[in-house]
Amino acid sequence: MAYVLEYHLVHYRRTWRASVLSTFVLPLLTLVGFGVGVGGYVDGGIDGVPYLEWVVPGLIASTAVQTAIGESTWPVLSYFEWLKVYFAQAAAPLRTSAILGGHLAFMMFRVLLSVVAFALVAAIFGALASPWAVAVLPIGVLTGFAVAAPVTAYSASVSTDSYLAILMRFAVLPMSLFSGVFFPVETLHPVLRAVAYALPLWHGVDLSRSATLGLNPGWQGLGQLLYLLLWCAAGWFLALRRFRRRLVV
Amino acid sequence: MSPSSSSIHARGLVKRFESFTAVDGIDVDVRAGEAFGFLGPNGAGKSSTMRMIGCVSPPSEGVLEILGMDPRRDGPAIRARLGVCPQLDNLDAELTVRENLTTYARFFGIPRKVARARADELLEFVQLTERAGSLVDPLSGGMKRRLTIARALVNEPDIVLLDEPTTGLDPQARHLVWERLFRLKQQGVTLVLTTHYMDEAEQLCDRLVVMDGGRIVAEGSPRSLIEQFSTREVVELRFATDDQGSYADKLAGLADRIEVLPDRILLYVADGDEALAEVGRRSLEPASALVRRSSLEDVFLHLTGRTLVD
Amino acid sequence: MPRLASFEGAGRRSASVTERNVAALGSAYWLVMLSGLLEPVLYLFSIGIGVGKLIGDITLPGGEVVAYAAFVAPAMLASSAMSGALAETTFNFFGKMKFMRLYDGMLATPIRPIEIALGELTWAMIRGAIYSAAFLVIMVLMDLTTPLRALAAFPATVLTGFAFGAVGMATATLIRTWQEFDLIGSAQFALFLFSGTFVPAAAYPEAVRWLVELSPLYRAVDLVRAVTTGTVGVVQVLDVLYLLALTALGLTVAGRRMSSMLCK
Repeated sequence: MAYVLEYHLVHYRRTWRASVLSTFVLPLLTLVGFGVGVGGYVDGGIDGVPYLEWVVPGLIASTAVQTAIGESTWPVLSYFEWLKVYFAQAAAPLRTSAILGGHLAFMMFRVLLSVVAFALVAAIFGALASPWAVAVLPIGVLTGFAVAAPVTAYSASVSTDSYLAILMRFAVLPMSLFSGVFFPVETLHPVLRAVAYALPLWHGVDLSRSATLGLNPGWQGLGQLLYLLLWCAAGWFLALRRFRRRLVV
Repeated sequence: MSPSSSSIHARGLVKRFESFTAVDGIDVDVRAGEAFGFLGPNGAGKSSTMRMIGCVSPPSEGVLEILGMDPRRDGPAIRARLGVCPQLDNLDAELTVRENLTTYARFFGIPRKVARARADELLEFVQLTERAGSLVDPLSGGMKRRLTIARALVNEPDIVLLDEPTTGLDPQARHLVWERLFRLKQQGVTLVLTTHYMDEAEQLCDRLVVMDGGRIVAEGSPRSLIEQFSTREVVELRFATDDQGSYADKLAGLADRIEVLPDRILLYVADGDEALAEVGRRSLEPASALVRRSSLEDVFLHLTGRTLVD
Repeated sequence: MPRLASFEGAGRRSASVTERNVAALGSAYWLVMLSGLLEPVLYLFSIGIGVGKLIGDITLPGGEVVAYAAFVAPAMLASSAMSGALAETTFNFFGKMKFMRLYDGMLATPIRPIEIALGELTWAMIRGAIYSAAFLVIMVLMDLTTPLRALAAFPATVLTGFAFGAVGMATATLIRTWQEFDLIGSAQFALFLFSGTFVPAAAYPEAVRWLVELSPLYRAVDLVRAVTTGTVGVVQVLDVLYLLALTALGLTVAGRRMSSMLCK
């Protein structure tokens, strides 16, 4: 698995410059545009917390998910369909689980980078209220894995990128907009709220929010952690099954 | 020949890209109904010439008239009467085989109903009727090339331009393409093609020019070029050594001309069997020996000192 | 036999380029198109309604007070007209030109580069117009504007699409690698966030505010918002002129660049 991760890292060394912009500049813009701009019109904040401080942990978790999905869609499809990187790796003495695990490890490396970048920008804006905010790093990676693994399975199952565009539009975007990132899920219609609870992002957002605001997540937090782990495990097994079916013939 | 009686008329035609001169002052006349070839290695200027004739690349200097019109002024009008089969297939991957033809016909302003009928005729002609509803991607290289040729015929062109029509195809697919092109020629369509395959030029071309370094180095029919620049027969000898050249002296006087290539020696002679017998009498023992008729390949070797396909 | 291939009429030739795109519509593509409509609607519900509950009403530059959703909706409409036009003219256009070499094939026919540009732009506009019309219907149903104002806003969205489509096409001719699309995506996102979409331009510091006022998306948002909220004034004439100038500039650059790239 380490060899596969190394492959992706070597590759990334040649292309990382292009991603600097999206890793640092976009968080900054979002923070200013939403946290400061829109926040200025939210009088009294939410539950006594200023809107900027309230929205930042949500944006961090959301960034983790965006990065995870970016890395587990087009790259995975292209490694199967266009660049055939997986097939080349499968021709080397590597287990399927190592090929999948190595790529997922690289995805998590990218997720961690983006979370660190966002947290740094947020800290400069004074939007992190508690030292517990450090916990957003593992929470971000966990949430990232919880979406990256099942999405990798999906990307390994489709043949054209039209299906990826459909996933982005019909699943990822709604999840990003209605998982308590921008406004509390409590104001959603009960059915939509149930959907938000079922998807992984809200749990990541809620855990991150507890961390940056320095609140005790309690037993609910433990439940959320376990639920995200469940997504990770289920996604891993689905992805592994898809990879085996395609690589081991 | 007067300009008006030729399909394509060029005088002192030049194509320059910044500091590089791809075509360096060529004179060409292609008559209506003939099959005309541009022969030469990669980088000889064949494709640049074809793009100028196709009116997608303005000449840097010189005269160029196509069907009596000036490409600089009448580009769309000339292109309406040309069929172009480019070196790399640029078929539309998002359309089916048949849609590739009907859509392309619309670019020429051909009414839909006519376009559909013509698409079916052409699919028949290039033997792709069974694949009409298929997407382009799963087709073999030979099928794609045939579809590209069909597409070039959709506007019933006066001149068909074919840039290396069989490069990259397997022998069977090549023969099928040649056979279709031969039928087109019989129907009176003017064919202009580039190739670096000698057999292709000999099979298809009535007349050809040999290009090298952007210039024309010889012109004529395949037969006349061979007669002019080569002998009747060629003996190919391979010796079991890394240095074929070491045998050149021992073969002296045996042939009109001797060419030493990295892997073999060519003897240009009138009578191949007689020459081979003499090789035996000199008790030289080549690992392999072959007598064949002289070809355009030999003409090219003689004119430029290089082989065509490296 | 009469020659069937006629070669007059740039309009006819452009239309045949548009026709090709219609023929290329696959089943999955329809879903992608449908999802393009979904995007602004989702934003409207999330930010307009969800965040709107936290904000309440908002005051327009002219002093009129409207609900936050009615403020955000026209901005979503204008931005989706922008992003729809840009998607078709940058990413898809670049792919067709460089990757599929589609235009090389077209240029072997009587079609000229500028006619390809016009045909592709028309296609982007048809697609964008369908989105805009559907979104306007939703706005009327949600009582965020009146039917008459929605009708008047439609041409404004089409103009927005034309302006960004032309600029996108010009940009695509300047692009060399796929990586540069990240840059376009980021620029687009910045425009989306800061073009008076979620907060009035007056909310920004003076210096930033002028930058915002000059941005093309801001002018489009300003135009569409004035129409849907019924607050049209002299400024909107400026908006229209700005967008018209942008369209002309984009098309000129695109046509020239395509000629020099494809007809070497």
